[in-house]
Amino acid sequence: MRKTRREILLSAGKYILLTGTAAAGLESLTGTASADTTTPASDGYKMADHWWGMTMEVDKCIGCGNCVRACSKENDVPEGFYRTWIERYHVKEGDMEHPTVESPDGGMHGFPPTSTPVDKSFFIPKLCNHCADSPCTQVCPVGATFVSPDGVVLVDQSYCLGCRYCVQACPYGCRFIHPTKNVVEKCNLCYHRITKGLTTACCEACPTGARKLVDLKNPKDPVHDFLRHYKVQVLKPHMATHAKVFYKDLDGSVR
Amino acid sequence: MRVSFQDAKHLISLVGLFAAAVGVFVILRAAVVPAGFGKYGHYRAGAIDDNRARAVKFAGQGECVYCHDAQLQVRDSGRHKTISCEACHGPQAKHVASDGKEKPAKPDVIPLCLNCHEKDAAKPAFLPQVVKADHYTGTTCSDCHQPHNPKM
Repeated sequence: MRKTRREILLSAGKYILLTGTAAAGLESLTGTASADTTTPASDGYKMADHWWGMTMEVDKCIGCGNCVRACSKENDVPEGFYRTWIERYHVKEGDMEHPTVESPDGGMHGFPPTSTPVDKSFFIPKLCNHCADSPCTQVCPVGATFVSPDGVVLVDQSYCLGCRYCVQACPYGCRFIHPTKNVVEKCNLCYHRITKGLTTACCEACPTGARKLVDLKNPKDPVHDFLRHYKVQVLKPHMATHAKVFYKDLDGSVR
Repeated sequence: MRVSFQDAKHLISLVGLFAAAVGVFVILRAAVVPAGFGKYGHYRAGAIDDNRARAVKFAGQGECVYCHDAQLQVRDSGRHKTISCEACHGPQAKHVASDGKEKPAKPDVIPLCLNCHEKDAAKPAFLPQVVKADHYTGTTCSDCHQPHNPKM
């Protein structure tokens, strides 16, 4: 009954080979091999040709709240929740660590006027950063949220359990649970618009052009000049999320 | 050397059990995993189409130019030239889809103007700003300022 070492090694090798073949066979049976994204949809939209993001010119934001209102109307965002919002920062001279931040109703109805120009103050528009290495999609236990092949972080609302892991994982606070649907809700970069050649509702409504939808894979997009010529920053770069919302003239106090 | 598997028949039931378990797994997996799952990654491929399927409410500036060229020329000659029509007039996809039969509501002028032009220390210096109490003289903004080209 004793086997030589050679025999044991040989049979072990055979089993390893067979297991690999079986796994590959199962994978092709169940169709988990990756598909190609270059085939256009029926209307000619090719996911592989796009990599969506946004640029923010902070010095152009006037805090009017047009983006928040437009987003809310376009996407039927429930009252009291925001897919995009504006924050007003007040920074005491040199005190970068303790800015005062306010965002009444997400800035939807504007801001109560401040007249004292003692502190430095400015507006910061925020939304989902559509991170390429998004922490939120990594924690989803069922694959109900994901980065699409064209770089948009989407939610599969018919598949979401409402477990809230992703709400906690997002370092930017961009996700919330829909109060009646009980599934997660977030900015989808107006995916129904941008895939039809339109810009997002917030960019459409922005009066000063502070925010602009950009396609990083389009060689003719002005974003390439923007990123080459200006000093830009993403929010929380230390989180290494590969965020694709680029802020120009961002103050160091912004969290 | 002796044959190792002289009692191989003991293993037949085990192999059968294993095969049955694999079969059950494959059937269960097919029943539980939704169609298109894994086509592009660890998600349902149909979710991308679900996100695309929603109706557009803001028609986009490209639609306005077809009919409202006169207003656009006024706008383009003034400081409001960067502002899209729907930024003030609201979402107009229904107006476009109905060939103009669905009329948009007139904007509520004073709050609309103040959204942008009310004085605030956080607003950038390039933006003309007013303190309502000092500036406002009784009627409404559009009595003095043509909203499409707001110079006096």
